[in-house]
Amino acid sequence: MGNLIEVKHLKKYFKTPHGLLHAVDDVNFNIAEGSTLGVVGESGCGKSTLGRVIIRLLDSTSGTILFNGRDITHTKDVKSLCREMQIVFQDPFASLNPRMSVSEIIGEPLRVHGICRHREEVDKRVKELMDTVGLAQRFAQSYPHELDGGRRQRIGIARALSLEPRFIVCDEPVSALDVSIQAQILNLMQDLQDEKGLTYMFITHDLSVVKHISNHIMVMYLGMVVEMSESDELFDHTLHPYTKALLAAIPEPTLKRTRKRELLRGEITSPINPKPGCRFAARCPYCKEECTKKTPELREILPGHQVACHLVEEINGL
Amino acid sequence: MLRYIIRRILVTIPVLIGVTLIIFTLMYFTKGDPARMILGDMATEEEVEELREEMGLNDPFLVRYGNYMLDLFHGDLGDSYVTGLPVTEEIMARLPVTMRLAVYSCALSVIIGIPVGILSAVKQYSILDNVATLLALLGITIPSFWLAMMLILVFSVNLGWLPASGLYGWQYYILPVISISAVSIATITRMTRSSMLEVIRQDYIRTARAKGQTEAKIITKHALKNALIPVITVIGIQFASGMSGAVVNEQIFAIPGIGKMMVDAIKARNYPVVQGGVLIIALLFSILNLIIDLLYAFVDPRIKTQYARKKEKHKPQELAAGGEEVSA
Repeated sequence: MGNLIEVKHLKKYFKTPHGLLHAVDDVNFNIAEGSTLGVVGESGCGKSTLGRVIIRLLDSTSGTILFNGRDITHTKDVKSLCREMQIVFQDPFASLNPRMSVSEIIGEPLRVHGICRHREEVDKRVKELMDTVGLAQRFAQSYPHELDGGRRQRIGIARALSLEPRFIVCDEPVSALDVSIQAQILNLMQDLQDEKGLTYMFITHDLSVVKHISNHIMVMYLGMVVEMSESDELFDHTLHPYTKALLAAIPEPTLKRTRKRELLRGEITSPINPKPGCRFAARCPYCKEECTKKTPELREILPGHQVACHLVEEINGL
Repeated sequence: MLRYIIRRILVTIPVLIGVTLIIFTLMYFTKGDPARMILGDMATEEEVEELREEMGLNDPFLVRYGNYMLDLFHGDLGDSYVTGLPVTEEIMARLPVTMRLAVYSCALSVIIGIPVGILSAVKQYSILDNVATLLALLGITIPSFWLAMMLILVFSVNLGWLPASGLYGWQYYILPVISISAVSIATITRMTRSSMLEVIRQDYIRTARAKGQTEAKIITKHALKNALIPVITVIGIQFASGMSGAVVNEQIFAIPGIGKMMVDAIKARNYPVVQGGVLIIALLFSILNLIIDLLYAFVDPRIKTQYARKKEKHKPQELAAGGEEVSA
């Protein structure tokens, strides 16, 4: 299948009193229709910003975004884009208007875009959507504060689905939920993908979450992509030292402590006016002089497996 | 909801009784003799004493308070020592003037304060925001009586555009309303601004953008409704303080309202008028508070559902009771 999303040299800088904050710096990737791209990275690495720039909630600084072959980087008609691309937000407690009932929240996009003109039509569609995401009808007139996190996130998903988009950015949709609910929501999202042929960009800081539902995984560090490959390939042949550290941080329920863990030391460097050189250099156990001078570019090390590291061959004995 | 309103009205009764006790005690300990005030300096001590006896001023405190309360429960606030007219009549003649001043001032502050506050928040740190914040700071710091006198000096004395005192037409309202509402415009502007700033940063505003909602609708429908509760509280307080601000302003602009009536009555030791005036203002305060509490429910549907929930709880029990009867 063709690429639904193509992103080329995308940059997003924020002006701050201390200088330019490089939130997203020269990112390139494609997402094939019907597939899921997992975007992984720690807090503040620009993954949420990337998601918001792509669906045009934020304007990019430079670069291009193609949706289904159409350049949408500077399109003025963001409103009609909303019908093609939607977002599920991270925090289901803060992202729902506390003064609106469940049916009002889900139904608002239908009214804004003039899809349903009559009240009965809206009500009918809202009921269908609530069924789709597994929300009982009796919650239609409830307010968000009366529901638990899992149900609230179902509202968020129903809201995103209401305009029948082809592409959904899932911005850490399960990170605010407890583990048992996380699985339910992830299963729901996968079922919806199978049913409707949705394309996802799944943003998370939790590799174990992304492992099961992504076709491709992209690892970000301070606004830059450090490693990108197919999901299984990434877990089988982890090449970048940062990805290795991330994997080592996944807790494994085992009695014997046989695992050799590479733990990261040091603080994340500032994303404001970053110096040239590898951004991970300050925390990298393999750092050499070269790393602090030249910014590494993404190179295809194995078939379909790109890594941005000067020393990747040396570290992995390739 | 109705039960809540009735309960709130019943609660005001002890509040009002407390108010009468406090004001009666205060007036009791105030220096000065109403009988002497009525008869003037030329009257002899015997004449004054005779009048004191006649007015019941020589009775012990509790007897006087008891008599007053007894009359009060019959709807009688007593007669004015100065004019001899019933206090109720005196108040009713002057209340509309004060109320009109308070309502106009309140309306003006809402009409100016809320839009300016919204614009200030939406365009934070713009020139408009900076000017508005500065003016709001001035509005809060400048004392009302000083502003009133400056307004008279500029617009009446120097420019001669507006009348300085009295109340004979709409143009007489302009200066008093401006001077009373300056503080509330400033307070409401600041409150709306800070409350909106907080709400605008919320995630659900971003959600509304993702829905494709227009910016104007996002501000009015999603943001303003959530920002309004603290603003409404402030409007209520400002309306009330507008009425008490009337005491000073009516004096300066020589407007025959409740405020001026009470100041004159205090000077003349006209106890029944002072007590009646305070009581009526306390009553208005309570009613205003009730209205504001009801407005909360209107603005915030979560509060309304709380009332509805309570009702629902009672229903199934009644049904169960009915079912038992049938089976028995």
